[in-house]
Amino acid sequence: MSATRVDARGLSCPQPVVLTSKAIEAGAESLEVLVDNEVSKENVLRLAKRHKMQTSVHEEGPDIVIEIKT
Amino acid sequence: MRPDPNLIAGIEGFEDAGVYRLSDDLAIILTLDFFTPIVDDPYLFGQIAATNALSDVYAMGGKPITAMNIICFPPKKLPMEVLNRILQGGLDKIHEAGVTLVGGHSVEDDEPKYGLSVTGVIHPDRVLRNRGGRAGDRLILTKALGTGIVSTALKGEEADPALVDKAVKAMTTLNRRAAELMTQMPEIHACTDVTGFGLLGHACEMIEGSDVGLKIDASAVPFFDGVRELVETGFVPGGLYRNKDFRMPMIDLKPTCPEWLLEILFDPQTSGGLLFALPAGDAEILVKKMRDAGIGDAAVVGEVIAEPKGKIVVF
Repeated sequence: MSATRVDARGLSCPQPVVLTSKAIEAGAESLEVLVDNEVSKENVLRLAKRHKMQTSVHEEGPDIVIEIKT
Repeated sequence: MRPDPNLIAGIEGFEDAGVYRLSDDLAIILTLDFFTPIVDDPYLFGQIAATNALSDVYAMGGKPITAMNIICFPPKKLPMEVLNRILQGGLDKIHEAGVTLVGGHSVEDDEPKYGLSVTGVIHPDRVLRNRGGRAGDRLILTKALGTGIVSTALKGEEADPALVDKAVKAMTTLNRRAAELMTQMPEIHACTDVTGFGLLGHACEMIEGSDVGLKIDASAVPFFDGVRELVETGFVPGGLYRNKDFRMPMIDLKPTCPEWLLEILFDPQTSGGLLFALPAGDAEILVKKMRDAGIGDAAVVGEVIAEPKGKIVVF
């Protein structure tokens, strides 16, 4: 199953968390969240932890990619 | 800076306001604060901004007497009624404080901003600085924490309305009564108000590089019900992370204080409470007086300690 992509680049908090939260609530079991700052990254990781989901983070140029899985 | 013997508090000491001696028994307190809306309701925003600006005079131990509006507004983007509501909110708080509005200035800007320049008076010998706490003093905080976290959740439309109401109530409560009760005490050694740097950031300013330290009992610190869940869900303002990164080298964190609670102690506050040091024997008496006067969240949250100097033990 392909991952749901959430592009939250250019958005400031709490929008990345809100968008990711909506995707999780819509039933996405595998997500790829793109953010462009550390605050967004930290907050999206917290949200994933709260939902007891697995995460991994890597950088692609200026972007931060957070992979989230149930 | 040009030296001036009448300048009691200037820009160098991280004080809440400037203080200038006019005569042997009179000094003026001068302060200015304004910011962008943190709630949607323009009337409440006006109230919050004015309450916040007036607080700096109370935090110096003084009495505000006059205020001037500072307003930025986009008249082509927003109806003038919004501007009127912001100013009305501010004026209502100015009047509640017993202060006279004497004027102001407005400019056209893309985003609304509002605040006040406030002038207060005080006896030059009664000025309360951030520093001056003595080992053994107790620390009192007069409002609950969490306004920054609640504002962040509010921006994401994820905040519980009851929680927002509590935070707005706190942000629109003048520190006037708390300051009156505080200054009636025989001795207050140091005072500030908790704003953008969070409780621990402002506490750090009270002892940085000084010959005393602080001990903060995190479990005694008041905060709004529901902010823990918001912190753990990721509604953490960027300022909180910055406050924490900047001040953690001064913090000795004990394992009894969990991470989420430490973060609440770093939450940037708008129109936060007074934080002050006074002799231990007076602390509980004053907290009781404050609670009886309706300042229900007032609490002893820590003490001034001789060692470690310049550090804050959080337990």
